[in-house]
Amino acid sequence: MWKLYFKHSKGYRAQALLTPVFVAIEALIEAILPLFMADVIDRASGLEPSSIISGFMNNVVNYFEWLFPQTPNVYVYCYGVIMLILALLALMGGVVSGILATNASSGFAKSVRKDLYYHIQDYSFENIDRFSTSSLITRLTTDITNCQQSFQMTTRISFRAPLIFIFSLIMAFLANSRLAWVFVIASPILVILLIIIITKANPYFKKMFKKYDHLNLIVQENITGIRTVKSYVNEDLENKKFEHASSEVASNSKMAEKIIALNSPVMMFIIYASVTIVAFVGSLMIARDGYGEGSTLYLFITYAIQILSALMMVSMVFMMLVMAKASTDRIIEALNEVPTIQNCSSPLYEIKDGSVEFKDVSFSYLHDDDKLALKNISFKVESGMVVGIFGSTGSGKTTLMNLIPRLYDVNQGEVLVGGVNVKDYDIKSLRDQVSMVLQKNVLFSGTIKDNLRWGNKDATDEELIAACKLAQADEFISRFNDGYDTYIEQGGTNVSGGQKQRICIARALLKKPKILILDDSTSAVDTKTDALIRKAFKEEIPSTTKFIITQRISSVEDADIILFMVDGKIANIGTHEQLLKENEVYKKIYLAQTKGGK
Amino acid sequence: MAQRRINYRVKIDHPFRILKRILSYVWKINTYKIVIIVILLLASSISQVYAMSLLRDLIDKVLPPLIENPSEIGPLITFTILMGSLFLVSIITSYLYQFILVFVTQDTLKKLRDDMFKKMETLPLNYFDNKTIGEVMSTYTNDTDSLRQMISQSIPQIFASLVTIVTVFILMIMTSWILTLVTVFSVSLMLIAIKIIGSKSSGYFLDNQIVLSKINGYIEEMIEGQRVIKVFNHEDEVKKGFDVLNDRMRESNYKANKYSISLMPIIHNLGYVNFAITAVIGSLLAFNNVGGFTTGAFAAFLLYNRQFTNPIGQVSNQINYIFMALAGAKRIFDLLDQEKEIDDGKVTLVNVIEDEDGNLIEKNEATNQWAWKYIDENNQVKLIKLKGDVRFFNVNFGYSKDKEVLHDISLYAKPGQKLAFVGATGAGKTTITNLINRFYDIEEGIITYDGINIKDIKKDDLRHSLGMVLQDTHLFSGTIKDNIRYGKMDSSDDDVIKAAKLARADQFISLLENGYDTYITGDGGNLSQGQRQLLSIARAALYNPPVLILDEATSSIDTYTESLVQEGMDELMKGRTVFVIAHRLSTIQNSNAIIVLDHGRIIERGDHDDLIAKKGVYYQLYTGAFELE
Repeated sequence: MWKLYFKHSKGYRAQALLTPVFVAIEALIEAILPLFMADVIDRASGLEPSSIISGFMNNVVNYFEWLFPQTPNVYVYCYGVIMLILALLALMGGVVSGILATNASSGFAKSVRKDLYYHIQDYSFENIDRFSTSSLITRLTTDITNCQQSFQMTTRISFRAPLIFIFSLIMAFLANSRLAWVFVIASPILVILLIIIITKANPYFKKMFKKYDHLNLIVQENITGIRTVKSYVNEDLENKKFEHASSEVASNSKMAEKIIALNSPVMMFIIYASVTIVAFVGSLMIARDGYGEGSTLYLFITYAIQILSALMMVSMVFMMLVMAKASTDRIIEALNEVPTIQNCSSPLYEIKDGSVEFKDVSFSYLHDDDKLALKNISFKVESGMVVGIFGSTGSGKTTLMNLIPRLYDVNQGEVLVGGVNVKDYDIKSLRDQVSMVLQKNVLFSGTIKDNLRWGNKDATDEELIAACKLAQADEFISRFNDGYDTYIEQGGTNVSGGQKQRICIARALLKKPKILILDDSTSAVDTKTDALIRKAFKEEIPSTTKFIITQRISSVEDADIILFMVDGKIANIGTHEQLLKENEVYKKIYLAQTKGGK
Repeated sequence: MAQRRINYRVKIDHPFRILKRILSYVWKINTYKIVIIVILLLASSISQVYAMSLLRDLIDKVLPPLIENPSEIGPLITFTILMGSLFLVSIITSYLYQFILVFVTQDTLKKLRDDMFKKMETLPLNYFDNKTIGEVMSTYTNDTDSLRQMISQSIPQIFASLVTIVTVFILMIMTSWILTLVTVFSVSLMLIAIKIIGSKSSGYFLDNQIVLSKINGYIEEMIEGQRVIKVFNHEDEVKKGFDVLNDRMRESNYKANKYSISLMPIIHNLGYVNFAITAVIGSLLAFNNVGGFTTGAFAAFLLYNRQFTNPIGQVSNQINYIFMALAGAKRIFDLLDQEKEIDDGKVTLVNVIEDEDGNLIEKNEATNQWAWKYIDENNQVKLIKLKGDVRFFNVNFGYSKDKEVLHDISLYAKPGQKLAFVGATGAGKTTITNLINRFYDIEEGIITYDGINIKDIKKDDLRHSLGMVLQDTHLFSGTIKDNIRYGKMDSSDDDVIKAAKLARADQFISLLENGYDTYITGDGGNLSQGQRQLLSIARAALYNPPVLILDEATSSIDTYTESLVQEGMDELMKGRTVFVIAHRLSTIQNSNAIIVLDHGRIIERGDHDDLIAKKGVYYQLYTGAFELE
């Protein structure tokens, strides 16, 4: 836990360390101010002041009397002025330390948030699934906010309070060592009780945050699926689900906070017990041993109050820390999560060519050999080939292609690109060479150019146009009023499905990949254009290996090789003609598709 | 001059109104508990103040006789016991009120969240169109949490402090009114400081909550879009985008807290300044013995002084929580104050049976036959048989006022007919279906359902009579079974399996880890798009509505599976009015009517053969000469 705080206070460490210095100034002054008060009271009563500052103050008063010889009661002004100066100094110390602490804590939060977010970018899908999106969001916002507040407190109050506590204690000892032992006994008892409270409450806080994630998930699902909820008139069900989740959060918070509520009574008990004992014993001492006067007692009560408020602050910080502890653990857990897909120790950055080979590959999303999504897949394609992948819904076409850019890792066997296992490549270099046009195409709000440049941010206009020509997109883009500067609305709602798909293909082409994967990405493009795209691919990027996942046999008819997939296995492999001859199902589908018009 | 920095402060309008609203909200749901808390708080504070004030008696009255006669400790013991019991009362009452306070706080937060959620479920779709998912989520977490500290700590502490302040104030006046004046003067200085700093920082707190929600939104969107990011190696750009928000977050966070955190030391030390001044004047008074001002009174007054300014310092320490809470509450109330979906419909949907004479009789149990029920002018209950006759009369519609997307749409679908919409993206196909179930309300024209204006039908009942299969299937965390029975939670397992078989989803489901009991998380991440659509069709099949809307329902299903699903779909569509939006023209050839839309207008209509004969747009589409654009 402390390691995290230490690491991320980097850059703000000077501030974080200066904070206690200014806090110390404030606390020190706060501790000695009552001495001045006691002196004033003593002098007002006509007694000789006897505290540790009295000697110093005598000199000051003498000096003032020498300066203003005719003024009565010079000492009062002396004390007044000095106390004023001290109070202003303390004020400065307080403000400066506050600002430093805020700066350090907000900087700390920023740094943790950044680190965690960056780390999450390296997560594989498996990692993300393990946490769930909603939980990652809570960790990045709520949990970090909790830690930030505790950081702010720890750098400030948790220094301030013990300092005041220690100073006050020392002062109390200097004033009267026989009374001060009360505080010495009381304090460790208090600390032990607080620790017990923390350890009891912590597990509930942990549980509470888990429920919190769940609540967040339900909200997320409901917003994403609001149309489904509404069209099935299921608001009541969702309300019930949510209420269940929110009461689980509430009941766990209650459990935790009920324990925390013990905090302040425990504190009060210790303090008030001390005050009462001081009042009793102090009175006796004054009476029997002639210790000072009312002022001694006053001084002690003041210290007791000061110690009380210091400990009150400690208890507040403690409460924050208990919650922050649970939050910190959650952040650390996410930070320590090892991405399941990582670079090997000495990765290769060069990819020789676009040849792809699967050697006895099996894969399961669940790491379960009984639930394989792909079973013993082996095939080999040369660089530049056009590979058709055909199969029914859920037969594993997309899963198969996900293995090439290492979106997932195989369970068994190996995937080779350019003759080398994909695991031996630098992930970035690999993905740069493998372009994938996804089933769910996403365009972002911005101009067509902006969107295309996702593929290659340094692409020149000529390169953009060339890629669009290949994807048969140049024609319709140049027909737009603003051409390549046409603004695409969020989600690409102002272009048609077919246009969107072609822009996405152009975007993928701009990466100049060695391997291009089109996952059902020409489904909304008419057959003629589809054929033109394929022709352009063949002629213009002959060395790029092209994988085409499709439900339309006509799209892969002229492929060099077709993988026909059934239930996660390759049922048949070969050219269109071979498959027609060898596979009955394939033939049936082909006939059905050609007969039905399109 | 230094370069001008962008000022992110957002003013909170009517902060006191918001504060009042939160307080009355808390009050409304916890009235009794709050009354008890107030009593306990009063008892706790008063006993505490009283115990402290006893010290004056100790110095003035108990101590002098004790010094005279040190063995006479009787009065001292009585005194100590009195003080000790007062402290004990204070401790017990304070524990009790804090205990109850836990419930008040958590119940309030829970109620707020529940209320927000209930409200959210009633909001019209355009509320969601304008916000990212994560931004709305932030209201439930970050904004609601911002209230916790205020309810559980700030308010009770302020209240307790007020009690202390008032009591001590009275004691102070009784001790010395001159010194009290001095104190009042210093306190007004403190209040001015609070006001100045408060107005400076409160705006940044709102900005802080807003940026937090933006970050929430950004994270949500980007984690959900991780696949695209990875495929394009776009991690660095996404990180940059995050950094911009993160920097701004730090900025507004720093500014908000900088001011409010400075408040505490300022108030605290103004307290010392006050102390010093009081001391000077007090000692002068005591020295000159003005108005019988004793040393004991002087000492006591100085104690009161601390007791008086200390709570003010504590209140000021809470001030940033209050600002934070105000900012959060503003955003919560913004959500709670959203206008609900308009629903003035009185016509309801009821189960009926038909007797021999063709009269409809209302039934409470499921009969698989429905009727619209309404009360006519003569207060007579009328039943109209639900048939599924949907008509549009000259409908114009735009999502925003200045941009009409549907122009003068008139169409009809008789019961049992299949109506298909063809047209480019943005032509208005989905929009038309969104009007039938009143996801959006039309401004001009009329839509009728079995002859009834849909605005007169109760919204829930209208939607009960319509089944929708959308292009993007949304799955909820839960089992496959639960997802299929989503529209009808009371259906049996057998019905679920029957529906799944009809949608041809049974096969892949039985291959899953736990079959129908397989738990889905994260919107069914590992199911393929096609599999999700099959589930969605099964869901609609089980829902069993008289009117079906299929919006690209089979777009991600391969043609082979689709041909299988088609049989089931045909079965499903039998006797139902169906609106189909489909890209593959093969699936809509057998429609009773095909409507070709272009830029929100109907440009062609008729059945397949009519349109082919017409050799218009549809013909071109069909022959592949033309692409939907």
